[in-house]
Amino acid sequence: MTAKIRVFVPRDSAALAVGADEVAQALQAAAGEAIELVRNGSRGLFWLEPLVEVQTPAGRVAYGPVSPEDVPGLLAAGLLQGGEHALRQGVTEQIPYLALQERLTFRRMGVTDPLSLADYEAHEGWAGLRRALAMDSAGIIHEVTHSGLRGRGGAAFPAGIKWKTVAHAQAVQKYIVCNADEGDSGTYSDRMTMEGDPYVLIEGMTIAALAVGATQGYLYVRSEYPHAVATLNEALARAKAAGFIGDSVLGSGHAFHLQVRMGAGAYVCGEETALLESLEGRRGIVRAKPPLPALKGLFGQPTVINNVITFASAPIILARGAQFYRDYGVGRSHGTLPFQLAGNIRHGGLVEKAFGLTLRELVYGFGGGTASGRPIKAIQVGGPLGSYVPEDKWDVPLDYEAYAAFGGVVGHGGIVVHDDTANLARLARYAMDFCALESCGKCTPCRIGSTRGVEVIDRITAGGPQQPQQVKLLRDLCDTMLHGSLCAMGGMTPYPVLSALNHYPQDFGLSAPDAPQAEATQATQAA
Amino acid sequence: MSTPHASDSAATADAAVPKAALQIVQQAVDELAHLPGALLPILHAVQDRLGYVPEAGVPLVAEALNLSRAEVHGVISYYHHFRSSPPGRHVVQVCRAESCQSRGAEALWAHACSRLGCADSDHGATNADASVTLLPVYCLGLCASSPAIAVDDRVHARVSLPRFDQLVAPLQTQEA
Repeated sequence: MTAKIRVFVPRDSAALAVGADEVAQALQAAAGEAIELVRNGSRGLFWLEPLVEVQTPAGRVAYGPVSPEDVPGLLAAGLLQGGEHALRQGVTEQIPYLALQERLTFRRMGVTDPLSLADYEAHEGWAGLRRALAMDSAGIIHEVTHSGLRGRGGAAFPAGIKWKTVAHAQAVQKYIVCNADEGDSGTYSDRMTMEGDPYVLIEGMTIAALAVGATQGYLYVRSEYPHAVATLNEALARAKAAGFIGDSVLGSGHAFHLQVRMGAGAYVCGEETALLESLEGRRGIVRAKPPLPALKGLFGQPTVINNVITFASAPIILARGAQFYRDYGVGRSHGTLPFQLAGNIRHGGLVEKAFGLTLRELVYGFGGGTASGRPIKAIQVGGPLGSYVPEDKWDVPLDYEAYAAFGGVVGHGGIVVHDDTANLARLARYAMDFCALESCGKCTPCRIGSTRGVEVIDRITAGGPQQPQQVKLLRDLCDTMLHGSLCAMGGMTPYPVLSALNHYPQDFGLSAPDAPQAEATQATQAA
Repeated sequence: MSTPHASDSAATADAAVPKAALQIVQQAVDELAHLPGALLPILHAVQDRLGYVPEAGVPLVAEALNLSRAEVHGVISYYHHFRSSPPGRHVVQVCRAESCQSRGAEALWAHACSRLGCADSDHGATNADASVTLLPVYCLGLCASSPAIAVDDRVHARVSLPRFDQLVAPLQTQEA
């Protein structure tokens, strides 16, 4: 035995949650002498986790889902040589689910050891930062603007314009803030990035810092993600020790210091101004805008605040040029989005594709339909504040404008599938209930409207002669919330509620939809 | 800033809180008060070490950050993560968000309440022998493998009812 065989077992939370540590221990115990065990990120094929990969002359060969009990049998079948076994999935990169993707932001995901600086560097790491260091502020901002990159957190605001506003603001201190408060059910691409490729996020934030002249940055990570926090802290320490961040970024003389801060279980802190309040040490209460955070953000100073995926997309844009990124996508939705297939889905996982594919392609083509084997009834796109998309819209291309045109939202790319056992009136009630639980309380439509919404939905589903009036009341209430709320929490809770009411009236005990089209258009205007 | 007077008065305000706990609060304050926006980092440090943020510790934090006690209390009570009383020996979180709902999270939650002997509350509940605190959580980011739970600091996905029983069985039989 000369060289040890490299075996990969992911350290992503979703792999740990189905026993990856136990599998790694079993492999180490049974074949420790022969193998070099690498704890990589997840490839994002979650129905196959724990996914064990073995380096062979033909490439990395995948086996999954592997339980600790499978390990002796796998080794006997020649796992270390890529041998045949019922769990063998073939050469990883040739698995159709992966081969059909366009992984740009996620190109290292699952390939590398997330904390290895050498691995990162060997896979195009820091190339974007190095190019940015050779440019001036205007040059970097031009690249980001021209790439067409828009805020991936959900609001889809052009990133380059935000950066330019901060760059032109006059202040002694400017900040870069990463919104890593990924609270939307059905989304996990931020978590995967922080756990599986943290340096790309650090690199992206550093590029933003150079572009706008900021010297301090914060990563605001939700407390439900302890693994992400631990990985980021370790990555920051290593990046600092190696000189990629700190007093002089790669010896350039530009300082950039980065810190992780933890949220504390408030969903509304995903809203950027509430997040800034929380970072400053207060209750996460939404601020009225203007002033924009770009001009008066953290501690009253000009602040770039972007989502994890927005920052993580910057390095490849700088490394390969704006045009390369811009050429992906359709219409005004340039580049790729890491879609996240979730809920009742057979092949749940991360699918990074250029904008423009359809929900049907994602949910059936990649996802393989429901996990339960029952028919799909409803698909919620864009998180808890996104609409339930009915079947006649499943062939609409996924791009920001096409979705807005029918009252949908692409949001952060989370897609939650429900089978025919789902009750959409219950899900609508839940949306209002969740809003009541999580509302920051600053504006009345959200604080009071959500509680009244729960009550009205209960009265509708109870039936009786009052029902038509109550439906009218719910629509009026949604209209008030849509147009009168201070932020997306109250302003978008009507999206799931109205889409459920419009497309699944039978679940509310109604015989037919009352006026679905008009309401969907209203929703569009509010977006 | 350490002020012995403040910690003495706090200790008498709540005799149930041992002096050692207040020392831990003071320690967290001393370590972190210099940070910009230090309040959440301090509260996290206290809760990580004690399992909760004692009311009696509030004046220490307030004084160090030049805040009123009401402001500190307001922050503790605003965020779901922070608690003002000790939890059970183990904390079980069950996700109740949409993705997990699509895979039976409501049945799992109901099962968890009865299996662990915890009241069904949106704010969570601790069972009679204080072995377990059951909390709802709105997304653990494991949505492709729903339903998901966390038992103390370990996450678990694709949790069926029998699997849940298996995972929580050690919590009530062993002393932590």
